[in-house]
Amino acid sequence: MKKLTELKKVVSDPYAYVRKYKKKSGKKVVGYFCSYAPEELIWAAGALPLRMFGTNGGIHLADTHLQSYCCSLVRGILEEALANRLDFLDGVVFPHTCDSFQRLSDIWRLNIADQFHIDVVLPVKLNTPSAKKYLYDVLEKFRKDLAAALGVNITDKMLAKSIKTYNKIRALISKLYELRSKNPEILSGADFHAVIKAAMIMDRDYFLEALSEIVGQLKKAKPAKVTNGAKRLVLSGSVCTHPDIYDIIENSGGVVVGDDLCTGYRYFEGIMNEKITPLKAISTRYLERVICPAKHLQLKERGKNLIRMVKERKADGVVFLLLKFCDPHAFDYPYIKEMLEAKKIPCMLLDMEAELPPAGQLQTRFETFVQIL
Amino acid sequence: MKKSISDFLKMVLIFLAGKFKKFTMRFKKSKTMKDYMMVYYSDAKSARLTGKKVAWITSGGPVEPLIAMNVIPIYPENHGAMIGASKMGGGLCETAEAMGYSADLCSYARSDIASATVNGGPIGGLPKPDMLVCCNNICGTVLKWYEVQARYFNVPLFFLDTPFCHTEYTKEAAKYVRAQFDEYIVFLENACKKKFDFERLKEVGHLSHQGQLLWQAVLDTAMHKPSPMSAFDAFYHLALIVTLRGTKDVIDYYTWLVAYMKNRIARGIGAVPNEKYRLLWDNIPIWHRTRWLSEKFASHNACLVADTYTTAWCGALKYIDENKFLDSMAEAHARIYLNIGIDEMAKMVLEMIDKYDVDGFVLHSNRSCKPYSFGQLDIQSIVEKERGLPCLMIESDMTDERSFSESQISTRIDAFMEIIKERKDKK
Repeated sequence: MKKLTELKKVVSDPYAYVRKYKKKSGKKVVGYFCSYAPEELIWAAGALPLRMFGTNGGIHLADTHLQSYCCSLVRGILEEALANRLDFLDGVVFPHTCDSFQRLSDIWRLNIADQFHIDVVLPVKLNTPSAKKYLYDVLEKFRKDLAAALGVNITDKMLAKSIKTYNKIRALISKLYELRSKNPEILSGADFHAVIKAAMIMDRDYFLEALSEIVGQLKKAKPAKVTNGAKRLVLSGSVCTHPDIYDIIENSGGVVVGDDLCTGYRYFEGIMNEKITPLKAISTRYLERVICPAKHLQLKERGKNLIRMVKERKADGVVFLLLKFCDPHAFDYPYIKEMLEAKKIPCMLLDMEAELPPAGQLQTRFETFVQIL
Repeated sequence: MKKSISDFLKMVLIFLAGKFKKFTMRFKKSKTMKDYMMVYYSDAKSARLTGKKVAWITSGGPVEPLIAMNVIPIYPENHGAMIGASKMGGGLCETAEAMGYSADLCSYARSDIASATVNGGPIGGLPKPDMLVCCNNICGTVLKWYEVQARYFNVPLFFLDTPFCHTEYTKEAAKYVRAQFDEYIVFLENACKKKFDFERLKEVGHLSHQGQLLWQAVLDTAMHKPSPMSAFDAFYHLALIVTLRGTKDVIDYYTWLVAYMKNRIARGIGAVPNEKYRLLWDNIPIWHRTRWLSEKFASHNACLVADTYTTAWCGALKYIDENKFLDSMAEAHARIYLNIGIDEMAKMVLEMIDKYDVDGFVLHSNRSCKPYSFGQLDIQSIVEKERGLPCLMIESDMTDERSFSESQISTRIDAFMEIIKERKDKK
């Protein structure tokens, strides 16, 4: 699996990849912050969309702008910018999500120089005709703002091509997700996570090629004759900033077979309709995909989705990964937990801080949970 | 059965007490805030008896259409402030935490969610809502909070989505928000099962506008030296413009209050005897410590003369046009203090610094309010750079009294006041 090794290398040091890529291709690089960023437009405009993931190191510089009760994801991303580690960015795109990212956009605009800055103030509700209309209008405005910032025209033809690429990528990741769910042994959770992360970093055309090859090979992989009896788990949360979690779960007798994560299912779920106008296709996908808790659709939407996923994936239990100070997820947790309990689906809660508890301690917690399943 | 009879009798008593209070108020020359609030809550708590509808609404939400429909608006945030002031926040927050809500969530939301299930707090819980009206112009938290309550009470929720104005109020957003006001009216017609009265809205709109102008006039009296009122007084008198905006009561009360403050000015009476230093406050009050803070600053002859919080209820006046009330309401709601970029907020802070001629800036870094608190550090450095003003940041929480370290904050206020004194004496 040469391609997989290559992807993992990119994910382990995205900045090195992007710097090299930028030099070689001459393309511009545009940072974005959440799965509601219309990256299809960025790619269509000939720039590389790069998802911001936070920091691996300590947070010091961001302390002068954001208090300690802001989540480590938002603080970590600001740290990276203030430490000049993102100087290769030509611009940033802030889609509207939660209160913390909303203010990060302001702080960024006032403190990070030499790049363009676009706010895509998406609607928070997605269930009314006026919100749908507004969503479309905002995308149209974004097309103009982005075109002006990059000095290009973004035609429908360019968009259609980009949508095609993204559809192929998303369909292949879905395929991979299916294959893994059936035969978790063919690809480790950490490797699957790396594939999704690479999708948010790499040249999308090249990534598509690599992914096709990986999926092609895995399709042929024979399932292990004897399954190891691992308990099947679904993860729920925001961004999984600690891919080590997958290994720890696998060492504890569990395996991740599904997720409701921003760096998972919520990223690749939903295919855009290639028969309608491109912007309409992008906005329709946003209206139909699984929502992030910072958006409003129906009152029990996320709980129902999770239960459906548990059933589809034949999962034994759910693990909530709650990033400390992430309000939207913390507000949803009690009701979703109640819905799961009513269906007799066991779940456990893992509060995630900037740093994970020691692996041994975590493993004991997962083992205890897996044993009750 | 017994319980429902006693609940019914309680409601009758509350109803009668309210009527009696209303009657006696007719003969009272100066009606107090307590009088108005007592009548208001008695009305709300006996709504089941009188057949009136009750709507729970966020503090930044459009209340005028509710008043026009004769719906009683109830403010869980106002309730949160009351819970905080009576130091019951910690206990209720603990209850919410036991329900699974993280201790890092907004303490208004935590105490309200808990209070709904146990009828806790200083007034024995809020009257049950017939509908919920949530506007996210103050934060994203209210949406999640109202979703919780919509599931709990199983009542319709109207959600007014006001796109955040980082640098501009776009024409796309203007169209969207305006369209939602029409949807709001349809929602109310369905919830109340009657036609919307646009004529009545005109009157309510007029009273709302007048009320906000009067509230601004109240706050403006603090420009005088010594200031006849402090921000702590504003925190107290604020309740009416929040809860009863669009009614005649607001006009009566603030007309009296402006005259009262002007009288104090004429007689040279200050809120702080020997006012020497004037300060500006930022963020929601620390409700459980208002008296302590007020006395602490007064002991240094310092008066918090103004604040960004109570100003928010007249801060969008420039967008209101009574003749185009619905259109201008859309803009006024989308462009309130918390729904704009940090740089625009800093500009407004600088204007207030000049207007009230203050010597220092006190910022409450409020663990419960992310949109208000994130960005404060940048606003602080803008103020330091543009005006060279000493700034003090206090970390606490508006309602949860467990997040307050008295000795540490006391020492920091002393040190801050030393800097202010030194600086002012040099001048």
